[in-house]
Amino acid sequence: MQANVQRWGERRRMRWFFFVRGLHLDVPLVVGLVALAIVGLVILYSASGQDTAVVGRQLIRLGIAFGVMFVIAQIPPHHLERWGPWIYAVGLGLLFAVLAVGEIGKGAQRWLDLGVVRFQPSEMMKIAVPMMVAWYLGDRQLPPRTKHLLIATTLVLVPAGLIIKQPDLGTAILIASSGIFVLLFSGVSYGLVASVVVLIAPLAWLFWQFGMHDYQRERVITFLNPENDPLGTGYHIIQSKIAIGSGGAYGKGWLNGTQAHLEFLPERSTDFIFAVFSEEFGLIGTVVLLALYLFIVFRGIYIATQAQTTYTRLLAGSLILVFFVYYFVNIGMVIGLLPVVGVPLPLISFGGTSMVTVMAGFGILMSIHTHRKLLPT
Amino acid sequence: MSRPAVASPWRFRAVLIAVGAVAVMLSARAVDLQLVSKDRFQIKGDAAHLRIVDTPAHRGMITDRNGEPLAISTPVASIWVKPAEVLSAPDQLPALAKLLGTDAKRLTDKLESRVERDFVYLKRRVTPELANAAESLAIPGVNSQREYRRYYPAAEVTAHVLGFTNVDDAGQEGIELVFDEYLRGQAGKKRVLQDRRGRVIAEVEQLEDAVEGRDLALTIDKRIQYLAYRALKGAVQFHNAVSGSMVVLDTQTGEVLAMVNQPSYNPNARRGITPAVYRNRAVTDLFEPGSTVKPFIVAAALESGRYHPRSIVETAPGRFYVGRHAVSDVHDYGRIDVTTVLTKSSNVGIAKLALGLDRDVVWNSLARVGFGAVTGSNFPGEQGGYLKDFHQWVPFEHATFSYGYGMSSTSLQLARAYVALANDGLSIPVSLLPISQPPQSVRVMKAEVARKVRAMLETVVSDDGTAPRARISGYRVAGKTGTVKKLKNGVYTDDEYIALFAGIVPASKPRLAAVVVIDQPRRGDFYGGQIAAPVFSEVMSDALRLLDIPPDDLGGAQRRIGAPAHQAALGLASNRGAL
Repeated sequence: MQANVQRWGERRRMRWFFFVRGLHLDVPLVVGLVALAIVGLVILYSASGQDTAVVGRQLIRLGIAFGVMFVIAQIPPHHLERWGPWIYAVGLGLLFAVLAVGEIGKGAQRWLDLGVVRFQPSEMMKIAVPMMVAWYLGDRQLPPRTKHLLIATTLVLVPAGLIIKQPDLGTAILIASSGIFVLLFSGVSYGLVASVVVLIAPLAWLFWQFGMHDYQRERVITFLNPENDPLGTGYHIIQSKIAIGSGGAYGKGWLNGTQAHLEFLPERSTDFIFAVFSEEFGLIGTVVLLALYLFIVFRGIYIATQAQTTYTRLLAGSLILVFFVYYFVNIGMVIGLLPVVGVPLPLISFGGTSMVTVMAGFGILMSIHTHRKLLPT
Repeated sequence: MSRPAVASPWRFRAVLIAVGAVAVMLSARAVDLQLVSKDRFQIKGDAAHLRIVDTPAHRGMITDRNGEPLAISTPVASIWVKPAEVLSAPDQLPALAKLLGTDAKRLTDKLESRVERDFVYLKRRVTPELANAAESLAIPGVNSQREYRRYYPAAEVTAHVLGFTNVDDAGQEGIELVFDEYLRGQAGKKRVLQDRRGRVIAEVEQLEDAVEGRDLALTIDKRIQYLAYRALKGAVQFHNAVSGSMVVLDTQTGEVLAMVNQPSYNPNARRGITPAVYRNRAVTDLFEPGSTVKPFIVAAALESGRYHPRSIVETAPGRFYVGRHAVSDVHDYGRIDVTTVLTKSSNVGIAKLALGLDRDVVWNSLARVGFGAVTGSNFPGEQGGYLKDFHQWVPFEHATFSYGYGMSSTSLQLARAYVALANDGLSIPVSLLPISQPPQSVRVMKAEVARKVRAMLETVVSDDGTAPRARISGYRVAGKTGTVKKLKNGVYTDDEYIALFAGIVPASKPRLAAVVVIDQPRRGDFYGGQIAAPVFSEVMSDALRLLDIPPDDLGGAQRRIGAPAHQAALGLASNRGAL
């Protein structure tokens, strides 16, 4: 009797395992992402001033994003490996096109207007760059030789440079880091990593002098000393710090965040939504949300360690770290640890394109994890 | 399939540690913001959106003696905008313009010309309904605030008595100023939540309740005030006079029933009005009272025991000299009695009476009825007038003082002096607030003397007197005219006059005293009996009926019974019509 029940339970577990495997979904990741999406909808309702239309639109986007994730998860990694260079090439071409159109239109140009949808090629590159670099290094001897390292670095820096020209510093940082993470996982020596870190300081100075637009420099100055200009560029950071700080340990409660609702906090449903969350849910909410992100990242890294080919290992590691940088840059900006760069909080900020890209990345992660060959151990 | 040699678990472990470290860093920052520095940020946040604002207190109502409202505070709203925000939603402008009764283009122009400002009134003091409608258009940058607006239903009729309040609801003139504290109440305080644009989102708590202002009833009778205003305005306009005043007093209580001036203004729409018009001339403007003081000299003469109403005074040839200065009459009246001195208003006669009395007696006959001292009405800017000290008189001044030169008075003072005559010699203070107890009176002349003077003053409105036009059918009128040359740069002019009439009705049992002053009539006559007396008659005849005061002159039979003996004896026929 007892044994029967046990066996029956065993069978049910097995059936569930194969069912999920057949869907090519990673249950812990899905749980984490859905939880994030729900938190996002809840706080967006508050941040938008209880506008159900906004929440509805976000819900549709989430549906599309999860759909994209599901579709991509069905594609075996070796197909993705083959398509990588093509996607990268198309993306690079579009970046040049955007730049050309931007020259004509003057000012910031990040979109290609395809009539029906406005398409942001830089978003596509967030996936394409790690795919390309991982493809390039995937069938080479690792750790890569200097020549391969240089070529891989070029593959990263060309699109990053084009995106900086748009100008979109936030995305450029994300894309550059995505490529660099592939290199990191490819086994470059710790000595090289250390020397790059040391080199960053003079490079940053050069970048400051020649690579940045005035408004970007202003943002950095503001970040370093927001009280300098409390009504101008420092306004965002001061207001967001006030919002978070006044939330205290337990928060002011859902829909009760004064800073946000009294319109003191700018961009409260997009880039600065984390401040609304922290004001209303306090330190406890903040820590829980950070833990949720950390859980997803840890699960992603675990998937990378379980990957069976060099390509999938590099790609998975890179994608999950980009996700990590994503939310780190956003939260760091909102709580005043990093300068203001226009990076949304993944899955929570109101907005469509970046959400689709992020979920496409998770689709690839799931594909990598669920298309493993199960070896008897 | 073997694991790749690179990307060792160690490298992943390093990444894990780095990720964990960054997460800890973020959490530490959150702890810093939300626990350690929490208070600082909460104070900063509260400072940005919690404000203490005043809740306006309702200003008390001013009513007349019968509870008729004279000044009321009605809740209104003012619509204000932030032009830049409104202009960002231009498609809504026509609706707003329509609501405000203007066209969209004019509204847009107005907003554009003030676009850099943060606070522009679109329309002040509109009905709360209109303000609500404007707000419910939900145009960004359109707001309203609650206020009270002072409204004066009788407008210019009561303007000088009441005064007015400024935009902040503080009294500026008149009763509004004198009783400001009483009427004002006390604004409450409440804590409110404001958004970034300063709009009040919610009330957090009421810190202090507003104390409503108290209502104030005046002695003014709105109906008599209106009658007086209409008659005075008519006379001032008809004679093209510079200004005019009229005061009506209740002789038994000293209460001011009416006090009007010309020119007046509409306190509900004060734009473009010169402050000179705000003056309550009845208490602030001084003039030489002229012949209207003669009854008080006569009273002193009677009191001296050396004269009675029929004592003969020689006034021929209508002129006599005091030193080098001449005192003269309009006509030569010959030998006349003291009564006729008043009837004809003989300067020669009254001067002779005065010169027969001691200086201090003459001086005191006016000082004791209130000349040279403020009336106690407490009205702002009230003048006390001037009585030259008799020790400094030259002999000629002893004479001119008796017919009202070398001194000055306000209309209200003059009226109050006549109240003493009406009250059988009891002087009482004048009051703008209803009195609950009989007024504190001071006897200033013997009752018998006062009654005799009053009887003599009834002859003034006879056909032989100077003011037959002051007569009122059904009532006996005692009064005195005055026609004063205006003093200009220290010299008396020959063509500018002030026309005066002071009177008491009903003469047998006085209830009302009134003074009419018309300054510098420039068309037609200029005598007090011709210009001021008709105003008196017009106002008082209606006032007497309004107040249900019984007539004391019901035809000849009754007159013979009621009329004082000496009048009948003098055979002063009157053509007072029977009712």
